[in-house]
Amino acid sequence: MKFLCLPCDRVMNFAERQVPGDGTLAAVFSCASCGHEMAMLTNPMETQLVSSLGVRIGGRPVPEQPFEQTRSTLAGTRDDAFHDSVALEPSDNPPPTTEASPLTPGAVRWSHDAVERLARVPGFVRGMVKRIYAEWAAEHGVVEITPEHMDRARSDLGLEGM
Amino acid sequence: MSARRFRTYHDVEHDTASGILEQVVQQRQRLADRLASIRCIVAVLSGKGGVGKSAITANLAAVLAARGARVGAVDADLNGPSLARMLGAAEGRLGDGAAGVVPAAGAAGVRVMSMELLQGAADAPLRWQGPEGDAFIWRGTAEAGTLREFIADVDWGELDYLLIDVPPGTDKIARLLDLVRPDQTLLVTTPADIARRVVARSARLLREAGLESTGIIANMTAYALPDGTLQPLFTTDGARTLARESNLQIWAELPFDPAFATATDAGEPYALAVPASTVGTAIGRLAERVERAPRGRNA
Repeated sequence: MKFLCLPCDRVMNFAERQVPGDGTLAAVFSCASCGHEMAMLTNPMETQLVSSLGVRIGGRPVPEQPFEQTRSTLAGTRDDAFHDSVALEPSDNPPPTTEASPLTPGAVRWSHDAVERLARVPGFVRGMVKRIYAEWAAEHGVVEITPEHMDRARSDLGLEGM
Repeated sequence: MSARRFRTYHDVEHDTASGILEQVVQQRQRLADRLASIRCIVAVLSGKGGVGKSAITANLAAVLAARGARVGAVDADLNGPSLARMLGAAEGRLGDGAAGVVPAAGAAGVRVMSMELLQGAADAPLRWQGPEGDAFIWRGTAEAGTLREFIADVDWGELDYLLIDVPPGTDKIARLLDLVRPDQTLLVTTPADIARRVVARSARLLREAGLESTGIIANMTAYALPDGTLQPLFTTDGARTLARESNLQIWAELPFDPAFATATDAGEPYALAVPASTVGTAIGRLAERVERAPRGRNA
């Protein structure tokens, strides 16, 4: 899928993606030459069709996670389908959790509040969500993840609904 | 009045930074990377339903594992999963590992992935989040994506065999072939002529796809009595007819044994538990045949 700015004969660049939560999607493309912008709006069926391909318009802010498509779209899931690898002790309680969990590279600690917030994520996707936050933290040099970091990561990565 | 002329998709090299194509390429690469650690992919398929594909897959997987192979088993039947239950892993849980999803452990240590491990209710039909009224448009795509994830995103480790239990329908066979090229295909049929007619379409599909290592599994060839004697079940011999017409060899003939069905349904592969039984012996010979076939452990 490419958008061509006819007056400039240039391909328009992806600029922004919005997911308002009603099943629709808006993707903004702009022409680097004349600055003209256009928005591609998809209805819920079109959005679902693209999503079911396992791709994301505008590119991926983080690499595709294991079972991402299945975990994101399957209904009627088993909440304990995955071992609770996210059963972390908050880092301000002994013993300190300076060890990485098996699924995250490097040592990232989680604050008490961050653990509580993570525990509210449905079990079916919690491991995937945890991995994404941990990878973001490692990339940004964060030693201990707090809810504020989770908010920043969600904003940075465009993780609607996580 | 002349039509406007402007560049078309292929005239334009730049990709708008939307990255769709790159993402698809990355999906394919993930799949290829995962398959690189698997020596032999064995697809168990038929095209016809109710011929015993899942029971054969479960028993063959367990016997191969008991013979020392590292074995994984994928239940490609997303709408009617049964493989995890037949391998005694239905209550198992998956893991989030550094290298992907850690599969459940089944009989003889077979590593299992099945939709049944993900669904909340035992009687839940497969459903997806999304606009249901238009589901016929995107449902098949979602299922293909999940099958891709079942193969590519599971941390199978090094495997000698990955068995794939393929649901009925030649379209499901084609869907699998879009993702992977099996090293061996086991074409399951029964002596019933109606089964032969359906399975012949699958045989042709495999032939046209250039898959040469295909063996017919003739299931329910007779009724196995407790004393080991066999009684005919069908008056036709569709498997032999299929073999002759498709120029394929029969790799195994399996009698119907109620004990086999009962034990396998309960999660205890019968060929593993009672290897000396008639059907257990036949599955054992099938395992030997698989080991000798291309990319098998004794090829």
